[in-house]
Amino acid sequence: MEELLNHYKTVTPENTTNWVKVGTTQDFPENGGACIKHNNRQIAVYNFTLTSSWYACQNLCPHKLEMVLSRGMIGDSQGIPKVACPLHKKTFSLQDGSNLNGEDYKIAVYPVKIEDNMVYIGFSD
Amino acid sequence: MKKVIVVGNGMVGYKFCEKLAAHADFEGFEVIVFGEEPRPAYDRVHLSEYFADKSAEELLLAPANWYTDHQIELRTSELVTQIDLEDKKITTHKDTVFEYDYLILATGSAPFVPPIKGSEKAGVFVYRTIEDLDAMKSYAAKLKAKGKKSAAVLGGGLLGLEAANAAKELGMDAHVVEFAQRLMPRQLDQGASDMLQSKIEELGIGIHLSKATEEIMGDGAIERMDFADDTHLDADMLIISAGIRPRDELARASGLQVGARGGIYVNEKMQTSDSSVYAIGEVALYNEGIYGLVAPGYEMADVAVEQITGGEKAMAASIDMSTQLKLIGTEVASFGDPFVENHDVVAITYENKQRGIYKRINVAKDGSRLFGGILVGDSSDYNTLFQIYYNAMKLPENPEDLILGSRGGESILGSVLDLPDTAQICSCESVSKGEICEAIQDGTAANLKDIVKCTKATTGCGGCKPMVVDLVNETLKSLGKEVKDTICEHFEYSRQELYDLVKVKQITTFEEALARLGKGCGCEVCKPVMASIFSSIYMETANKQPVIQDSNDRFLANIQRNGTYSVVPRVAGGEISPQKLIVLGEVAKKYDLYTKITGGQRIDLFGAQLHELPLIWKELIDAGFESGHAYGKSLRTVKSCVGSTWCRYGMHESVTFAIEIENRYRGLRSPHKLKGGVSGCIRECAEARGKDFGLIAVDGGWNLYVCGNGGATPKHAILLAEQLDDETCVKYLDRFLMFYIRTAAPLMRTAPWLDKLEGGIEYLKKVVVEDSLGIAEELELEMQGLVNKYECEWKQAIEDPEMMGRFKHFVNSDETDETIEFVSLRDQKMPKPW
Repeated sequence: MEELLNHYKTVTPENTTNWVKVGTTQDFPENGGACIKHNNRQIAVYNFTLTSSWYACQNLCPHKLEMVLSRGMIGDSQGIPKVACPLHKKTFSLQDGSNLNGEDYKIAVYPVKIEDNMVYIGFSD
Repeated sequence: MKKVIVVGNGMVGYKFCEKLAAHADFEGFEVIVFGEEPRPAYDRVHLSEYFADKSAEELLLAPANWYTDHQIELRTSELVTQIDLEDKKITTHKDTVFEYDYLILATGSAPFVPPIKGSEKAGVFVYRTIEDLDAMKSYAAKLKAKGKKSAAVLGGGLLGLEAANAAKELGMDAHVVEFAQRLMPRQLDQGASDMLQSKIEELGIGIHLSKATEEIMGDGAIERMDFADDTHLDADMLIISAGIRPRDELARASGLQVGARGGIYVNEKMQTSDSSVYAIGEVALYNEGIYGLVAPGYEMADVAVEQITGGEKAMAASIDMSTQLKLIGTEVASFGDPFVENHDVVAITYENKQRGIYKRINVAKDGSRLFGGILVGDSSDYNTLFQIYYNAMKLPENPEDLILGSRGGESILGSVLDLPDTAQICSCESVSKGEICEAIQDGTAANLKDIVKCTKATTGCGGCKPMVVDLVNETLKSLGKEVKDTICEHFEYSRQELYDLVKVKQITTFEEALARLGKGCGCEVCKPVMASIFSSIYMETANKQPVIQDSNDRFLANIQRNGTYSVVPRVAGGEISPQKLIVLGEVAKKYDLYTKITGGQRIDLFGAQLHELPLIWKELIDAGFESGHAYGKSLRTVKSCVGSTWCRYGMHESVTFAIEIENRYRGLRSPHKLKGGVSGCIRECAEARGKDFGLIAVDGGWNLYVCGNGGATPKHAILLAEQLDDETCVKYLDRFLMFYIRTAAPLMRTAPWLDKLEGGIEYLKKVVVEDSLGIAEELELEMQGLVNKYECEWKQAIEDPEMMGRFKHFVNSDETDETIEFVSLRDQKMPKPW
């Protein structure tokens, strides 16, 4: 399973080469998340309606390598948007993927853009 | 690089390492620690908890990797056998030789076994190490298998009572045998001992005072103890706890100066007769005394660290032996000189047999100062009294107020901030009031958690915690900061306040609550709390605001190891027809689910993928099942025994009543999960007293017990009311549950809630049974309102196409998650292990 982790590397808007349309904004619950599939990747997409922001990260929990992060609760910590893994409540920054409980786990994050009510995720390959 | 060798890895030996590792000059030292026990240092003070709920691992003061992380070499199971003072070398039993610049002897003590004939017999134990406890445990298990249950403890001191508690935890009938005419003769006077004795006897532990044991009788193994007064006590095992002897044999053989009655002689720098060798802890003979408490041991460790790092710190001339602890559930404290009474000093005592409290203070006749005292049954004043004694503070005009409480309602001490900065608050870690307040004033610490982290206060015996909490809060207040038990950074309110605010302001959504009461986007802490509050007030299901639900509630199922879910339909009271059992079997077979009977008398179906949940539930609901709320902080099950319908001993119909109650409270969301039980007679087959509420059938009705639980800290539920008819029973349950739901902190089960409730069970009885707050009717109406609004949330979900969208694994594809893997297990399946 460890090789699964290698599928996921953080992408920034700057090094995005490929914006993939993954659905309409209504497909994603307000102030919640859902999962999309692109090729062999599972990406969790979060709709922060309260701040009109969108975030995306790997759906894979880096701790036990299960495809669950999209089902986690979202929120913020000192203004940093975050997701809490549903398995063990480890929390991750959706800005840079770092673990907010001071552990070594890290997740890959992806850029999201909204155009004409359509949701796009940025990939670099 | 200076080489330091520490002989002994007990509490004090570890404390030395911890203090040295934290010292600024630590890099200049190379440290090797020898411990003869197989595991790293552990908490001997709380040893009896090993039988109750703590594992050996949890008792460790620091895990083994702490030593490696700090470049300290820990050699366990290795005994130092020789010291060569001249060449500064030690030899171990493996014949390995190590050199040192400083040698620290922290060899501790060994239990003293008095020369009693027969003490070599099987079944005679000492009480010091985890190995001793393991040996006692397996011996007790063998005894119990043979129906033998009597365990005696020789010694009624502090440790002996701890040992008696340990024996009780093992399920034995414990007896304490003491030579003196009172318990804890070094700390308690007769009045205090009498009070403690009656409290301990209430718990079924036998106390035998003024007994000199002459011989331990028995054929190979102990069967009986014979006393000098020609009486005897039958005992199947014996734990000897008659004092300690310093482990000074190594020092003695090497030529270090030792005391006539044992102990390694040390000066105020903790130096032995050889200036490179230090002795600390129970092995050190300082000012003619051996100190068997952890606080002076830690102080010695601190002095030794200071000395070898070039500091000046020395041991105080007189060592304070004050102590506060909970013995077999009873608070006991003794401070200063507990016995002094002469022409300058008088004792003031207070005795309350109804509440089991004894207090004594020894004050100067002119009322100028406090010399010491004793507290039994209620030691909440200990910290205050100790500070007044220790800092020689002025006494109030009527010194009796110190133990009776000032009748004006004000604290006797005034504010904790009135203490001098030098006042020692945490004696285990020697943290002063000044250190705590400064850390807050200069911003190093912002709350209690920070203080514990940076000063280590409260991490020893924990007795100082209330005072540390007060100090932190008062200091914060003095800086103009508000102190509150808030739920998280988004809401500056406690759960109870939020509950009231939501109700009064009629707030109905999380967004509205954030806008009106909070800030930010919320988080995984406040969202479920608010979801629970909305549900407890409006009885809304988890479908109304799915994204603020804890993730299990959001998908109405329990997430398992591999991200799949389990399905648990309600089986009220554990009663299920063969037809329904067949349905469960067929559904499980169709979806290839692992099935297991739960502890709550129902059936758990594991391994359902997210997209399968609605399909499975559709079939279950069509067959007449409903959600079991196993995923929620809500009523789980009401367990029952078969009761009077079938059982030849049954007094009432326990199944019928369990079903009625489970159906009444099904779907009720609460601060934590709720479990109930109904037993048809006092044989208690439903284990109702291990539940948040339990009913036991007796002659004339039901006895209602509340606030029990199983789990990590098992608690028996406590009797709230007796001989109730069905109707009254439900009424009291309504009031009790609603009162709990309104007032408990998030994720606080009923037992800790009752622990925190001021006035405890007596207060709860007043509120629930006597309606002392005049809210009984309101609570009942509120509960009835919730009961009337119950709806099965799974039925709701499968009937609404929009809600169903939640259960698709991918938004943009109908594929399912192909990463999920199962392996086989005894004809069923399980997740591929992590």
